[in-house]
Amino acid sequence: METKILTYTAKDFKSDQQVRWCPGCGDYAIVNSLQKVMADLGVPPHKTAVISGIGCSSRLPYYMKTYGFHTIHGRGAAIATGVKAANPDLTVWQITGDGDCLAIGGNHFIHSVRRNIDINVLLFNNQIYGLTKGQYSPTTLKGKVTNSSPYGTIEEPFRPAELTMGARGTFFGRLLDVDLKNAQQVMLEAAKHKGTSVVECLVNCVIFNDGAHGYLAERNTRPDRTVFLEHGKPMIYGVNRDKGLILENGRLKAVTIGENGITEADILVHNAEDPNPTLHWELAMMQGPDLPIALGVIRAVRAETYNDALDKQIEEVKAKSKIKCFDDLVDNLEQWEI
Amino acid sequence: MEKIKVKEVDNVVVLFAGDSGDGMQLTGTLFSNVSAVIGNEISTFPDYPAEIRAPQGTLGGVSGFQVHIGSSKVYTPGDLADVFVAMNPAALKTNIHKVKKGGVIIYDEDSFLENDLTKAGFTTDNPFVELGVSETINLIPTQLTTLTQKSLEGFGLDGKSILRSKNMFAFGLVCWLFNRPMDKAEHFLENKFKKKPSVLEANIKVMNDGYNYGNNLHLSIPTYTIERSSDTKPGKYTSISGNTTTAFGLIAAAEKAGLELFLGSYPITPASDIMQVLARRRDLGVKVMQCEDEIAGIATAIGASFAGCLAATSTSGPGLALKSEAIGLAVMSELPLVVIDVMRGGPSTGMPTKTEQTDLLQALYGRNGESPAVVMAASTPDDCFHYSYMAAKIALENMTPVILLTDSFIANGTSLWKLPKLADMPEIKPNYVPADYKNYNAVSRNEETKVRYWAIPGTEGFEYRNGGLEKDYVKGSISTAAVNHQKMVDTRAEKVQNVKYSIPELEIIGNEDADLLVVGWGSTRGHLMDAVSSINEKSKNVALAHFNYINPLPKNTEEVLRKFKNIVVCELNSGQFAAYLRSKIPGLNIMQYNKVQGQPFTAIELEEQFELILKK
Repeated sequence: METKILTYTAKDFKSDQQVRWCPGCGDYAIVNSLQKVMADLGVPPHKTAVISGIGCSSRLPYYMKTYGFHTIHGRGAAIATGVKAANPDLTVWQITGDGDCLAIGGNHFIHSVRRNIDINVLLFNNQIYGLTKGQYSPTTLKGKVTNSSPYGTIEEPFRPAELTMGARGTFFGRLLDVDLKNAQQVMLEAAKHKGTSVVECLVNCVIFNDGAHGYLAERNTRPDRTVFLEHGKPMIYGVNRDKGLILENGRLKAVTIGENGITEADILVHNAEDPNPTLHWELAMMQGPDLPIALGVIRAVRAETYNDALDKQIEEVKAKSKIKCFDDLVDNLEQWEI
Repeated sequence: MEKIKVKEVDNVVVLFAGDSGDGMQLTGTLFSNVSAVIGNEISTFPDYPAEIRAPQGTLGGVSGFQVHIGSSKVYTPGDLADVFVAMNPAALKTNIHKVKKGGVIIYDEDSFLENDLTKAGFTTDNPFVELGVSETINLIPTQLTTLTQKSLEGFGLDGKSILRSKNMFAFGLVCWLFNRPMDKAEHFLENKFKKKPSVLEANIKVMNDGYNYGNNLHLSIPTYTIERSSDTKPGKYTSISGNTTTAFGLIAAAEKAGLELFLGSYPITPASDIMQVLARRRDLGVKVMQCEDEIAGIATAIGASFAGCLAATSTSGPGLALKSEAIGLAVMSELPLVVIDVMRGGPSTGMPTKTEQTDLLQALYGRNGESPAVVMAASTPDDCFHYSYMAAKIALENMTPVILLTDSFIANGTSLWKLPKLADMPEIKPNYVPADYKNYNAVSRNEETKVRYWAIPGTEGFEYRNGGLEKDYVKGSISTAAVNHQKMVDTRAEKVQNVKYSIPELEIIGNEDADLLVVGWGSTRGHLMDAVSSINEKSKNVALAHFNYINPLPKNTEEVLRKFKNIVVCELNSGQFAAYLRSKIPGLNIMQYNKVQGQPFTAIELEEQFELILKK
């Protein structure tokens, strides 16, 4: 039998709509990367659904030549869950922002993660409300002056990784808008993961929170300030690839290979598939300047998905039941002839 | 053999009341099933507290079950009881006003001791005198507790289990009183307790002893026979609640339409049964998601609708409030969706187990923007099936959310249901996009009906982007153009209004020249019918128009209503449908009869009200 192999290019996933984010917005990089990743993934546009809530990032579905649904604020996770549960043949992407996902949509977010419904969540984290013009969000750093916090916020921010793992998430990745190649790799792995894949996309809002991720964004310093984690590979980073991570007294520590007797063999090897999230948690929470900030796939654990469990249960119950249709259902009721 | 007096009656109302742990709901259900099985018409009304187990013996913990059985069509659970079984003084106190003059009260003497009387707030040792119980009422004291204990001697059951069986003694006694067939009663018990043989055996023993107790002691009351109903069309029947038929309507509609059924929901009284009935139907491929909240309930359903399912969400008043924004999304994205609201006492948490019709305006208007949806209401436990099926049909054929209103009274009440066949149900043809359609987008629609075409994700060549933002009428892309918005608003409204061409016309029951037209909607139909027929037996002066379709109204509504000089709109709220009718058809002389007490109308109060209006 002849098998037709379909190949796609990014263009096959681009709609005719003009992209209307602010010039310089980090979201451009994500939509372009996503279109490339979709082409690489090889799932046809008509079997792809992109679901979003409300916010700057949530405009993304309009730019995709797939099935798309720009819904209401905060509910994207629940709507995407319904799409996938109803039609598991679709590859479902949820596009959301820090306000949409973690403030108004916080409840739906943690429950979709807990259920492990097979959707890919791109969480655009620019630490600000953009579309409503510059109010602080649940990820805005404490003390930040914004339009709604003129004296600085007095709230501790959420860390999306903590929430994801706290909700027993099976996949967490992190990418940076200006780091295109790595970003695409993380998205591709998120798409391949069975279950709720949460990808924190660190994006820059040029208008209301410019430079929020500036510590990472500079091309020259980035290699020393970030570590790109890959399953099965040592946690090595740095401009000269001579830095690495080890565990000392149960805590992560940055070391230099060749100093103090440290060799490459001492460096931790990343195991994203470890069901125990302790080290994933530590890696996700790393901060500079003592430690590099983790990018890449931090956690990717195999577990049954909600949609598979649902379909499996339906098949099991169907096989055992004598009720095959509505008329059977009625026939099996307690009944009498009058 | 001694002769026992037998009263032949057309219909009779029996009320069982006791502690919420006394098994009154089961007793009532068994009694109505046994009656239905021998061909009586039935209508039931469970009335129970919100607390699962309120302190024993207190007024707050009284749970009641009223059943009306008849040899001709019964429309309501009845106003007043002929026979009242009171398991304790609290039940007596809270229900005494529901007993007919000349009626019978059977009560458990063993539960009317000093302590029990005090718990129910009695201050003397004679509750009947204290309550001023009419001397025409026949009191039958029975030692239900003692007799049950004796009945189960040697069964090796613990004291608690024995006490729990005393409702079966009362059940047996009432079966004797009404000449119910004990073999049928045993059959229902077998079905109920088939997994617990020891409980079954004990219950059957106690029930039969209760029956024999009545038979052997020749209690000095007449027994009753109620002939099989002649109004019931021959066929197969069951006794069923409105929540169950509502769920079944969705199952039937999905199969007829060739779609998977998806329900997104969240537990809420009194609607949870719909979710639970559907959750059992994995064998029919029904996908039920119990979600994290009401909003997720409807949001998952909207997602499922987008993805190509018959999608529904079920809730009650406060839940409908939480779903408002999402219903607006379904309106804007023109997706089929069934929203079931089992109304209860409000506002806020209100009275969760009591019945009301107070969500009508919320269903019609409780959304931001110009946001028209189809709104309809069911009338009886059995017609919940029809209206739930029709709600799904209208949603799928017109690409619109449909809000179906039922209420606690018909959702938990039961009636006889003639078992349907799927083949006899009307066709359902979802408005799919034609396969050869070119340049499909989010607003591609049938220009005649204004109904948007539905493309199911997964279909090649019809990829489109939907959403809650206003769209260009032609291109389907985002638009804030002034004139375009007007056109889209008008189009969505026209589409919903067009539904009136496919629903039945409004019918007048009674005389078209009557002096007074009684108007009602939803679950009040039975009480209104009873009151109207009762007046018409004497004067023929009253007619009834009852609505199940509310938005849009049946297309002849104005023509029909304008024929009447006097109209009284009766509803279990402060006048919501009356206000709606006034706004839709100005210039009618509309009076109102409203009641917001968490209880259905009584036919008696309606009749009095109509007589009063006629006299003016």
